[in-house]
Amino acid sequence: MEVLVAISIGAMTASGIYLMLRLRTFTVVLGLSMLTYAVNVFLFASGRLVTGAPPILGSLDTLSDPLPQALVLTAIVISFGMTALVVMLALSAYLNAGTDEIDIEKPGEQPETGG
Amino acid sequence: MSLALIAALPFIGALFPGLMIRAGRNVCASITLSATALALIGLLMNAPAVFLRGETILESYEWLPQIGLNVNFMLDGLGFLFALMILGIGLLIIIYARFYLAGSDPMGNFYTYLLLFQGAMVGIVLSDNILLLLIFWELTSLSSFLLIGYWKHLPDGRQGARMALTVTGMGGLAMIGGMLILGQIAGSYDIHVILQNGDAIRESELYLPALILILLGAFTKSAQFPFHFWLPHAMAAPTPVSAYLHSATMVKAGLFLMARMWPALSGTPEWFWIVSVAGLITMVLGAVIALFKDDLKALLAFSTVSHLGLITLLLGLGTEYAAYAAVFHIINHATFKAALFMTAGIVDHEAHTRNIRLLGGLRRLMPITFTIGTIAALSMAGIPLFNGFLSKEMMLQAAEETGLWFAVIATIGAIFSVAYSFRFIVHTFLGPVRDDYPHRPHDPGFGMWVSPAILCVLVVVIGLFPAQTVGGFVDVVASAVVGNYVHEHLAIWHGVTPALIMSIIAVGVGIVVLAFQRGLAPVWDKAPRPEAKAMFDALVSRAAKGANELTDALHDGAISRYLGILTVVILGYAVWAFVSGTHVPGTRELLPIGPVEMVFFAVLITCSLGVVLMHRMRFVALIVISICGLVVAMSFVRFSAPDLALTQLTVEVATIILLLLALNYMPKETPVGTTFPRRVRDVVIALVTGGAVGGLAYALLTRSPSLPTISDYHVANSYTGGGGNNVVNVILVDFRGFDTMGEIIVLGIAALVIFAIVEAALQGPASRRLRNWVPDMPQSRDRHPLMMVVVTRMTLPIALIVGIYIFLRGHNEPGGGFISGLVVAIALLMQYMASGFAFSTERQRVAYHGMISAGVLIAVLSGLASVVLGWNFLTSTNEYLYIPGLERIHLASAVSFDLGVFLTVVGAVMLALASLSRIGLRAGEGVNLTPMDVDPSADHSRTEMRADRQKEN
Repeated sequence: MEVLVAISIGAMTASGIYLMLRLRTFTVVLGLSMLTYAVNVFLFASGRLVTGAPPILGSLDTLSDPLPQALVLTAIVISFGMTALVVMLALSAYLNAGTDEIDIEKPGEQPETGG
Repeated sequence: MSLALIAALPFIGALFPGLMIRAGRNVCASITLSATALALIGLLMNAPAVFLRGETILESYEWLPQIGLNVNFMLDGLGFLFALMILGIGLLIIIYARFYLAGSDPMGNFYTYLLLFQGAMVGIVLSDNILLLLIFWELTSLSSFLLIGYWKHLPDGRQGARMALTVTGMGGLAMIGGMLILGQIAGSYDIHVILQNGDAIRESELYLPALILILLGAFTKSAQFPFHFWLPHAMAAPTPVSAYLHSATMVKAGLFLMARMWPALSGTPEWFWIVSVAGLITMVLGAVIALFKDDLKALLAFSTVSHLGLITLLLGLGTEYAAYAAVFHIINHATFKAALFMTAGIVDHEAHTRNIRLLGGLRRLMPITFTIGTIAALSMAGIPLFNGFLSKEMMLQAAEETGLWFAVIATIGAIFSVAYSFRFIVHTFLGPVRDDYPHRPHDPGFGMWVSPAILCVLVVVIGLFPAQTVGGFVDVVASAVVGNYVHEHLAIWHGVTPALIMSIIAVGVGIVVLAFQRGLAPVWDKAPRPEAKAMFDALVSRAAKGANELTDALHDGAISRYLGILTVVILGYAVWAFVSGTHVPGTRELLPIGPVEMVFFAVLITCSLGVVLMHRMRFVALIVISICGLVVAMSFVRFSAPDLALTQLTVEVATIILLLLALNYMPKETPVGTTFPRRVRDVVIALVTGGAVGGLAYALLTRSPSLPTISDYHVANSYTGGGGNNVVNVILVDFRGFDTMGEIIVLGIAALVIFAIVEAALQGPASRRLRNWVPDMPQSRDRHPLMMVVVTRMTLPIALIVGIYIFLRGHNEPGGGFISGLVVAIALLMQYMASGFAFSTERQRVAYHGMISAGVLIAVLSGLASVVLGWNFLTSTNEYLYIPGLERIHLASAVSFDLGVFLTVVGAVMLALASLSRIGLRAGEGVNLTPMDVDPSADHSRTEMRADRQKEN
């Protein structure tokens, strides 16, 4: 099972990195989302994989590691905030500049100012 | 009073004037005055201990003991003198400024800056820790920047402030280095320890670098040659600032430091030559330039430079007698120079000019100002019966004892000093009354002349009875400087000494020089000389250009390049770490692979690949990526993380809706923008990185943790300490509640930033683009379909109850504030999607901003509640709650914290999506106040209130 999870993390990372290196904002946002999945699963996996042992006190003897879960839970919510922010930036940049390219020609200059 | 409180009072006082200016200028001035007066009283309360019992008061509080930085204060004679000057003259300046500043000047800001500066200065002179001293030192640079640049509308003010900050700031940086070396040599950063280790410091091989670096700080602050050029440019400040900074405080800080470090650093040939020569040059140069300045304040500025040089010279000579004279002259200079600056300010205020060439004859028009100015200027010239005479005699005496050349050059300095002092009197006040003043001057009100008048009384009283008034005081201060008891008999008449002869020469020749001043001025003006401001500006602009070029080269606007470099560098480090480390094979027992897992794995890999292959079709890519998210959620279910699975599912829904809505206004296709080799390169980067991360994950998963985890503690204490069975939730709201609080604050900020971005986008070019926006995809005729409206309306109460249920059970079962917040947010979101923005907003009772702030506030308050009860921040307790008819509810106090989380999450998600809806509104989407476009049960024409292309507001 571990090998499948590891390959999945690797695949999502590779996909995220490739999309992140594209030149359009929306694609970069998609890449970041993909990378977020990979990172979250990776962090979660640092608690090692355990099946059938949710970290709820009670009948079970062994529990999965709760700490990475708590950290990843907030990470998921924060990454929602991040994705929302980045996509709004992308949208507003597109509406302002009329293009959604992420690279600008010269430092400090917009490719196109005005309508 | 505690020394820490004395130093803190100005800072505390600084909070008020800037905020309370609406209460009026007199209130502001009174508060400023009270803060200063309180600090002064506190200081005076310590006077008996320092002066009668001869104690050195030490006070210490730990701050960062690991690096030797502690809040240690020390009060001895030297610190007392300086604190007295800073606070005492500060009082007079506050009164003077109240009447000096014009109606259009923001007085609240002025007093706040002044108090900040005052606090920093008091901090310097009371510090017993050199690191603490450095902090206050930098604070004086910053706050004096605000004061000098107070008149922001004047370019001179801004440039002068910038130059002062640059020069003194650079000096401060050098001094940090010097002080650290000094502390290393002495083995302590406490000044009283350093002062006792003078011999060890002087013998150290690091003595010279430390000395040079510290002197750089002192010389830049005290405007010693060759750093004297910033001081005259700082004269663009309002006169009260000049009077304060350049008589008693800022420029004296450098002198204070040299006096403070005198026992540790002086007494070597290096100290003697560097300090005394710099002082000598500064003294003569300042005096000569001052004579030829037509601006009263510039004249005073260069005279200040000259007098600072004089004191530096005395400190540099290294004898106890000279140090004694230095202390005495510091007192005298502060009194007469503050009075002179205020006189110049009065003249400027009344005659509307400070140009000496336009003045003259003011004696008859402004008799009070004339009297004050004359007394102070005569003291500056060193005329008997005034205090300046006494210390100047001592300086000449000390120079004469040092050597012939010192005596000659000091006399030359004294000649010019006499000349410019007399010029100040003669060309401003004497001569015939003119009829071409820019404004007919007369004496100002009592409030403006009282401060310099008080100083003039001091000038005369000290001048007449030095031994009786300040003799004992100077003894104590000078003893503190040199480190052992010294006493000099201060008197007007010592008999015919070489110093007296030099003084007589100075006065005689000085008057002759003044007689020729008008003739010499054109020659002086034409004489070539290095222009410090031009050199400084050239240096600064060259540095700025270099910085710009470097930044442009590194930061060329190609974000994809930065991201690529970032990835490759991280990868490089990872490979390096892997290659240089040692590895043991994984021994952890692996889980078996079942058919279900194989299916999900295949879906995930397909989708990861698919999103790359299909990313040009953005809608498709979105769908595919959401499948990845769902598989991730499923894997959380499989690997025993129900909370994560719920969160991932709900977040996935919210994210995809948001991206879909945003995509509506963006291009739907991505054109091919890169060349084939570049794509190959990116594929290689992505594959190598993915492989590395995957490999790392595999290595991690196949090995058990080598160290015991802290999770065992969490599990063991979850129920007993946190009152909950769901360990994940207890960690979130209890064990690591502080982290969670930070997270929800970040989330709230992100939502507010989104709101602000949209607010900004609705102005300017984006708004024009939106108004002309034409849908690039087929639009449904029925935007609010009956089925969806009915279903979402029916789901809403159910969803809300589910939300409450998940929230309440969260402490013991999977759930909690985050998840229920998302569930409720999605339920509300569905209303927006079904019936539109206007319909939903009209029914919204609470603003989302308010919800976010309420959430954060509740979370913080529930944390503070435990502090009030005497526990640590965010400690929780728990209780069972019995409500008739319901199961018993296990309620932990952390539930209120969780409520804060819940509210913030709902508010943040909703604010982000509502912001998007506003973009849609601007793009001309119709506004409907009814739930549906077509209401099958009613008359068609009445229900349809659609106002096409109606704009917001």
